[in-house]
Amino acid sequence: MYDAGWAGISWPKAFGGREASLVEQLIYYEEYARAKAPYVGVNFVGLLHGGPTLIVEGTDAQKEKHIPHILRGDQVWCQGFSEPSAGSDLASLRTRAERDGDHYVVNGQKIWTSFAQVADYCELLVRTDPDAPKHRGISWLIMPMDLPGIDVRPLPTLHGEGEFSEVFLDNVRIPVENLVGAENDGWRVTNVTLRFERGTAFAGEMYDLKRWLSEIAAEAQKVTSYGARAWDDAGLRREIGHLQADIDALWNLLKLSIGQADESGVPGVGASAVKLFFTELKQRIGDVAMRVLGRAVLGRSDMAGMPVQYFSYEALQSLSMTIAAGSSQIQRKIIGERILGLPKDK
Amino acid sequence: MAFKLSEEQQELQRGFRDFVAGRFPLERAAEIADGKPDHALWGEVAQMGVFSLRLPESAGGLGLSYVDAALVFEELGRALVPGPTVWTHLATGLIDGAATGETVVTGLDLTTNLHTPYVLENLDAARAVLLLKDDGVFRLDPGSIEAMPVEIPLDPLTPVHHAATLPTGEKIGDAQTASSLSLLGSLLSSAMLLGIAQAASEMAIAYAKERVQFDRPIGSFQAIKHMLADTFVRQELARAAVYSAAGTLDHPEVGDAATAVAEAKLVAGESAMRCCRTSVQVHGGMGYTWEVPVHYFLKRTWVLETTFGTVDEHADRIAATFGG
Repeated sequence: MYDAGWAGISWPKAFGGREASLVEQLIYYEEYARAKAPYVGVNFVGLLHGGPTLIVEGTDAQKEKHIPHILRGDQVWCQGFSEPSAGSDLASLRTRAERDGDHYVVNGQKIWTSFAQVADYCELLVRTDPDAPKHRGISWLIMPMDLPGIDVRPLPTLHGEGEFSEVFLDNVRIPVENLVGAENDGWRVTNVTLRFERGTAFAGEMYDLKRWLSEIAAEAQKVTSYGARAWDDAGLRREIGHLQADIDALWNLLKLSIGQADESGVPGVGASAVKLFFTELKQRIGDVAMRVLGRAVLGRSDMAGMPVQYFSYEALQSLSMTIAAGSSQIQRKIIGERILGLPKDK
Repeated sequence: MAFKLSEEQQELQRGFRDFVAGRFPLERAAEIADGKPDHALWGEVAQMGVFSLRLPESAGGLGLSYVDAALVFEELGRALVPGPTVWTHLATGLIDGAATGETVVTGLDLTTNLHTPYVLENLDAARAVLLLKDDGVFRLDPGSIEAMPVEIPLDPLTPVHHAATLPTGEKIGDAQTASSLSLLGSLLSSAMLLGIAQAASEMAIAYAKERVQFDRPIGSFQAIKHMLADTFVRQELARAAVYSAAGTLDHPEVGDAATAVAEAKLVAGESAMRCCRTSVQVHGGMGYTWEVPVHYFLKRTWVLETTFGTVDEHADRIAATFGG
């Protein structure tokens, strides 16, 4: 991907990317998903968060040290944002960084950190001014994961696989030159990446819903109970027709909102509507998939030639999607307040 | 391919919206609902070019696309413009005088699963009735139908008759024409449902900002805010589905128009129903009164949802594309 110049589809040409417009990115993600190309996996944070943030906010030295390596996939990043007491209310984070000469000394705990076990660097949010209002005392640091004082403990997810970790930080000394943006300006720096996450980042996964629903329909035409196929149930067929209409409408909504955002260059708040509907739709599809499996749902691995592993992995994984990257409740708040102009709730 | 409306289309949308809002304020609809006939209205709708807009300019039309037509019917839906606008538009080119609105046309799409009694809209005003059947398009004389007026229609702006049987009528189009008119009728009804969804949501949002309970606007409460966020998402999905279906009719090479239109009718029908019901709920006790016009939108939704295929019927059609 890197050699052919396709790794950084959204990245500026000056940094080795394609500098594709949002519409072109959407076409790229559609083709990528259609070709069943592998998920970006451990490179997600670097390519979609860390890299784009450094391109916009990093110093020349920071860019030189990280950007080419992130793009090549030989520098893996993880995200140190969430904490046990700071999930949806991210700005209430408490991990503390105190200046000591030309270092920050960091103490605290991060959680739900994907790929921390294999990461080389962490985009770390820390509190540098405990007396400032909560959004104004945060800084964005580049933390090398091999520093002394970092303890990564796996936190298995409900489907039993370990991509999550807790990260404990005990007097970790991070050089001041690893500060990205100004001290105490980390909240603004962070929002540069969150907007990307809610824009085109899920396009490939949205496209995959079409394939999943076709597989569910195909399976429903195979499985039988008391001599009748699952597909012979008019209620199930109707529900699948409904889901197909919703999948296509979602894809068209994504195209429409991307087409509109293309002019401004960044995905707008309309991305919240797409994220909200996508993640809840995926759960509805998951419910139908599990129903079609019947008692075969009691396996997490394949049985009797049925796609149990595929269906149940997707259905269980979908539970995380209405929580991560801004929960459904946060998206509704954003839509209500920023798009519909309703008054804030406090 | 562009994934957004062109400058000209956005201009058409804004211009037509302002024009319709100026001509057909809700008060005008409310007067008709209260039993005061409005004889000028149909002529004004015809003058706007609603029926002839897709005819080529050489035939006295505007030569506009399906997307343009969808934008126009969205605004007719939003403004609750009464009368058989969709059927008269469909009859253009088949029945003399439909393009100018001089011949008012109503109809029934029997390619969908309608059961008896047959319920006909706006029959008293109509000079021709179109029947879409699997084997072609048929024209009936309204006087030839043994139809009984329904004393109290659900939608006060849509008078209805019922009939146990229908005469055969005169065949004026083949099966292919019947099926493409059914598709177009479904698209234009979807567009009107989209307009309704948006109008009902906007009323609810405006009310949530001004109605104060417990010393604050009710729109500041999460329970209300989240309902309105959901209706916004549903409404924007309907917009995406309707515009995309219209675009597929304009450019059949990009996809299967029949499926795209079925999806649009399903998503728009469901969206309008949800937006209207949420709007009634957000309006609270006032939402249950005749005085607050939300109920007109809800009732018009039923009129449009039960024609050219229901949500359920379209879901079944879409499921059939999976084979099996």
